[in-house]
Amino acid sequence: MDPECARLLPALCAVLADPRQPVADDTCLEKLLDWFKAVTEAGSSLLLLQEHPCLVELLFHALRAQDLSPRTLSFALRLAGVFAAQENCFQHLQQGELLPGLFGEPGPLGAAAWVAPSVRSGWIQGLRSLAQHPSALRFLANSGAVDTIFSLQGDPSLFVASAAGQLLVHILDLAMREPAEGRVCPQAWDWPVCARKIVCHLEDCLRSDAAPRVTQALHVLTTTFGHCHGLWTQGLWVQLSPLVACLLEKDPMPAPHTLVDLLLSVARSSVPSSDPGLWETVAQTLSRLSPTQAGPLAAGILKLQDCPQALRIQAFNVLLQPLACVLEAATQAPATPGLLEGAAGDLMAVDTLPPSKSACVGLLCSALAHLELLQPLPQRPSPWPQAPLLAAAVTILRFCNGSAAPSSEAGGRLCTMLVGCVRVQRAALDFLGVLSQGLGPQELVTQVFAVLLEYLMSPDSSPMVLKKAFQATLRWLLSSAMPPGCCDLEPCAQLVLGELLAMLQKRLCSPCWEVRDSGLEFLTQVTRHWGGQASFRQVLLASELPELTRQLLQDPESYVRASAVAAVGQLSSWGLLAAPSSPEQPAIPQETPLEALLLILTTDSEGFPRRAVMRVFTEWLRDGHAEVAEDPERFVAQVLRAAGKDGDWEVRVQGLELALVFLERLLGPRGSSAAAPPSVTARALRALCQVQLFEFAFRSLFDCDRPVAQKSCDLLLFLRATATPPGSPQEAGDRPNVASVEAALRRWRAGEQGQPLGELAPEAILAVLRSMDLEALRDTLAKSSDHVERSPQSLLQDMLATVGVLGDNEADCY
Amino acid sequence: MEQRNGFMGHFQYCLSGHPTLPCNVLKFKSTTIMLDCGLDMTSTLNFLPLPLVQSPRLSSLPGWSLKDGNAFLDKELKECSGHVFVDSVPEFCLPETELIDLSTVDVILISNYHCMMALPYITEHTGFTGTVYATEPTVQIGRLLMEELVNFIERVPKAQSASLWKNKDIQRLLPSPLKDAVEVSTWRRCYTMQEVNSALSKIQLVGYSQKIELFGAVQVTPLSSGYALGSSNWIIQSHYEKVSYVSGSSLLTTHPQPMDQASLKNSDVLILTGLTQIPTANPDGMVGEFCSNLALTVRNGGNVLVPCYPSGVIYDLLECLYQYIDSAGLSSIPFYFISPVANSSLEFSQIFAEWLCHNKQTKVYLPEPPFPHAEVAVNMLTQDVSLSLLINTLHFQYGAQFIVYFCFIDWLIQTNKLKHYPSIHGDFSNDFRQPCVVFTGHPSLRFGDVVHFMELWGKSSLNTVIFTEPDFSYLEALAPYQPLAMKCVYCPIDTRLNFIQVSKLLKEVQPLHVVCPEQYTQPPPAQSHRMDLMVDCQPPAMSYRRAEVLALPFKRRYEKIEIMPELADSLVPMEIKPGISLATVSAVLRTKDNKHVLQPPPRPTQPTGGKKRKRASDDIPDCKVLKPLLSGSIPVDQFVQTLEKHGFSDIKVEDTAKGHIVLLQEAETLIQIEEDSTHIICDDDEVLRVRLRDLVLKFLQKF
Repeated sequence: MDPECARLLPALCAVLADPRQPVADDTCLEKLLDWFKAVTEAGSSLLLLQEHPCLVELLFHALRAQDLSPRTLSFALRLAGVFAAQENCFQHLQQGELLPGLFGEPGPLGAAAWVAPSVRSGWIQGLRSLAQHPSALRFLANSGAVDTIFSLQGDPSLFVASAAGQLLVHILDLAMREPAEGRVCPQAWDWPVCARKIVCHLEDCLRSDAAPRVTQALHVLTTTFGHCHGLWTQGLWVQLSPLVACLLEKDPMPAPHTLVDLLLSVARSSVPSSDPGLWETVAQTLSRLSPTQAGPLAAGILKLQDCPQALRIQAFNVLLQPLACVLEAATQAPATPGLLEGAAGDLMAVDTLPPSKSACVGLLCSALAHLELLQPLPQRPSPWPQAPLLAAAVTILRFCNGSAAPSSEAGGRLCTMLVGCVRVQRAALDFLGVLSQGLGPQELVTQVFAVLLEYLMSPDSSPMVLKKAFQATLRWLLSSAMPPGCCDLEPCAQLVLGELLAMLQKRLCSPCWEVRDSGLEFLTQVTRHWGGQASFRQVLLASELPELTRQLLQDPESYVRASAVAAVGQLSSWGLLAAPSSPEQPAIPQETPLEALLLILTTDSEGFPRRAVMRVFTEWLRDGHAEVAEDPERFVAQVLRAAGKDGDWEVRVQGLELALVFLERLLGPRGSSAAAPPSVTARALRALCQVQLFEFAFRSLFDCDRPVAQKSCDLLLFLRATATPPGSPQEAGDRPNVASVEAALRRWRAGEQGQPLGELAPEAILAVLRSMDLEALRDTLAKSSDHVERSPQSLLQDMLATVGVLGDNEADCY
Repeated sequence: MEQRNGFMGHFQYCLSGHPTLPCNVLKFKSTTIMLDCGLDMTSTLNFLPLPLVQSPRLSSLPGWSLKDGNAFLDKELKECSGHVFVDSVPEFCLPETELIDLSTVDVILISNYHCMMALPYITEHTGFTGTVYATEPTVQIGRLLMEELVNFIERVPKAQSASLWKNKDIQRLLPSPLKDAVEVSTWRRCYTMQEVNSALSKIQLVGYSQKIELFGAVQVTPLSSGYALGSSNWIIQSHYEKVSYVSGSSLLTTHPQPMDQASLKNSDVLILTGLTQIPTANPDGMVGEFCSNLALTVRNGGNVLVPCYPSGVIYDLLECLYQYIDSAGLSSIPFYFISPVANSSLEFSQIFAEWLCHNKQTKVYLPEPPFPHAEVAVNMLTQDVSLSLLINTLHFQYGAQFIVYFCFIDWLIQTNKLKHYPSIHGDFSNDFRQPCVVFTGHPSLRFGDVVHFMELWGKSSLNTVIFTEPDFSYLEALAPYQPLAMKCVYCPIDTRLNFIQVSKLLKEVQPLHVVCPEQYTQPPPAQSHRMDLMVDCQPPAMSYRRAEVLALPFKRRYEKIEIMPELADSLVPMEIKPGISLATVSAVLRTKDNKHVLQPPPRPTQPTGGKKRKRASDDIPDCKVLKPLLSGSIPVDQFVQTLEKHGFSDIKVEDTAKGHIVLLQEAETLIQIEEDSTHIICDDDEVLRVRLRDLVLKFLQKF
């Protein structure tokens, strides 16, 4: 502890102990506690208490005072726990009867303060901190604290109840850790008293008819098997599994969701290796739960690395069942391959779907979501029924837009429930998108594109559904590239693309801005991937899309303008924004894309379009866009001038990114250790001076927004390393006059940004760069802006200042 | 006081087969009420268009001849792109006139301006002498629609009238759809302006929630239906029976005044008509589609033609376009509204315009302006007292939108965003500039200025015709214009209730029975799997079709009867149970104007002198000496004890399904005791019977 903190500590303890002095807020106490934790982790707690008796006095005061505020009392309990985590300090406090006082009957437990949830929470957290050693275990066993924890499991405050459960797990783990060492699996009669007591309690709860008690026990066990990895957990399962099995037999099954959590937690632990019977229990549970309840269990099982194949098949069938029902509902001929071939017929009956719309929709959505998460996993079921899943997703989407004909009355009910259901549409489109990772029979792929087109063309598709349809379509188009990585599309996808672009024209004219936005995003993506492909170019150029995109640069909605900027950037990169000309309409001289985007950068009132312009310009410079390549220096100068004046820090950061790309073009890529040859450097520096990059970079160095300054610092460091490698002697002779530069920089640092840097010679730049301690600046910038204010000393001062102890000491601003 | 009424039936005569152009006659209590008077104009699709300007193409169409080459119909029927059309003045399919004598109709209730187009046929040609009830906006806009229709047809006089093809034997030989057209013999030409004026003069204006008494028996009340300006649903009720007539209603918030659902509760019968004609199309999506296609066409240098009525959806479209045109870069595109009634249509806005434009700063209170452009209207209103009064009245009756609509249209005109003309002739031809957007009628494409634009723009693929009115099949409407190069877009905008909304509405108002056109009780033929596209209620809806008579199911059959105060004074109620008293009444029931009154019976006049004169009271039935009324029940055990006390022995009691039988074996007598009767069966022993009767009576109360 630094001397200044040590000096302030007694005053602070006095303030905390004084009920008339209001403590600033809980955040201060939390910070203080964090600091004490750090101090005790770094050294001896006992020593700390001995050196600062005010701390023990504070704890004693908490024990005695009746009028201490709940938050201070809670703090004292947690602080005592932090100190007592070290066994010698625990004993020290134990001798002073402080711990029994704070955590036993004489303390807050029996006092009026106990009604405050914060005090009960502090009590639990204090015990949680001190329960680290055998002495603590004995203390817990003898003080009756464990019984109190049992009762706190049912506390009205959910935070307290949850913390109580976790504390039980912690105590159980602590108790079992030592005797279990070196043994394969200790028997129940070998367990320490404290552990036996907790396990007995859990057994009682599991036998109880009161659902909340069963749930509490299941929560504790779930946490235990999830967090404790000792072999003793296997013994615990042996002891408790019959009771869990009894729960599964009950009708109705109590707390089914919590039971599922427990079984999954046990399945992920080391228990299965010692108790193969677990799988049987899980299988029984799967078959007993309703489809909605069984979904999470099935998904959990399928994510396990190692479990019996039969169980995996059973679990997979649970997830597939709703989709199989959908397929069955639309299937005219029974011979159509289904999802659950070989399974019992009744599993597939459409009647097994919940009768209410909300339950049915919920079941379908969760099944789709589980399968979506499962698809990319290496341990996903194999063989993966790609074709039937595709068919199911397509059928669901068809039911949702009313184009699928049900084959039975039950199917008709399903159709009625799904028609127009946006929730299912979204889930099915997401799932369909994920399925693009696998192949499918050509006929089905054609159906996929057809249904996606239906959604994209339908005036009834909501903007969100449309966005999902665009995303899924893009994924399917990408997966249709043949061979993988090649930019040519399959003939089927080519056909689709033609229809897509026609549809896109209409979408870009939609009165709904979200639709225009999604449409532009899609156009940007497809152009990025197929802008070089002849057939795509032909279709695109024959359409109105380039012109429409250009017009959308003036859209009233800033998000749309930003997306239009990205689309124009992409179209222009591929030379797809040529001015329209036809015999009837001779080409009217239009502003070039570069001019149009520069106008947005300098005049648009919203940040999004300007940021988008900067991203496009950076890309253009990097990729050598034709219009940029004509005169890159002029381009960079224009852009940096605009970005330097921009009020949006992200635009300025992007300006520095563009400057960096320019530097790399001149000096070679970053990361290469070799310094550029002097001739290259000289040429580069002249170019940099010409585009006034230094003025922009130096100003950015003192930017009030830290990310801008950091980026600038990185840029200048790169420049210095490349242009003036370490050890390179400064050229003898004329030392350039850098005084004026340094004076300007000083003023800029002081916040006077008005004065320009003026004409700079490359030599002067190099000299300034050499003279600047950029590394130190980088380190300073790397620290968060409040690093000074976050010191413990500052914290103590603040807390004291709040109550006026420090007089006119200035409070830090957060 | 109520009286069980077991003799009166309620019937509905269904005169129209078109679910959104209904015409039903309700016989309710002793009144005959016609519900709406819709005119099915789809019959005009069988006719050739009436071009405003001579069309070489249409006039040179070949005549149609039978397969055997017989060409006797070639003057009446012309062939165009494989379709056959009647070359004559278009005719309309009238409501059924033979099912019921329409001269007996007492009143006609109109629910909205689209449902009154057959009114002149009914009021002028059937001997109708009753009254028509409708709200003011309905009448105003209905008049515009009729005027426009008459004008469209009269301004292109056609000498030829075709009737040969209507001969049943000949019609059989014609190709579809002429062959399948129904009731062609009843099709009639359009009415005249004189008939329109005469029909409209029979209308009595009503306001929402106004209660109108019909002959003392029935009360009718219009309720806001939220579909169009002035549109109403109707409550038809007696004291104990209530029929709700729901026709053309909307729950969309963009409409004039929210639909009044609460008043529809507790109906015995709810007649449901006028649901959306395009249940699969969401109006919002369609408006979006409309805007997108419009923008795409004009950006590409093409013209857009929107066939429409002079009122209704056009307002919604203009409103959406107003928000959209600037953002879509269409500010320079002219929008033309061409209709012979364009001026009248804007009458309201012109009235307002005189007062509005000077002081734009003063605002008049308009609660919750429902549209973005409401602000425009609000800003234009002044503090002029008479105007405020007018605004308040209109606002109170029809919602803020009534004013906002017209202010908005006026604003569009003032700012030159919308230009209106009565016809393509005159000023329009001077101002006409392309590319442009033209709103004009008629949506059937058979008459009106739209015919000219179809001929003018049909040859270029740059142009687009966008169908927004759902009343006509767009493919059939386009048939006489084929081959057609211009793009056709179908964006039907129908804001009326869809089946999901109906389902919610029925759950909310819970009528005992629902009656609806048969089309609503099964999915549309083209989508037979869509079970969601039908009315789903319990008990299942009763359906009707054209020319069918339906007996309406009423559970409660009571009449309210008033008791004259002096008669009420003379009553002596006896409490037979706590809270329930009974009294016997001797009175005369007088029924006049469907009101029933119990009057004291006339006192018998004393004979004067010795002359035997005919008594005045001979007119009324004799009042016999009244026997007391009995009530209560007979406890069998106590009754048996009483019998024993009175010397009867050998008594046996048997339980029966309805009560008990007390058997006096010695006396060979049976006493059947049931809940509402007791019979003493003995052999001609009157003394014994009377004795036993008196014992039974001891257990009963008399009054």
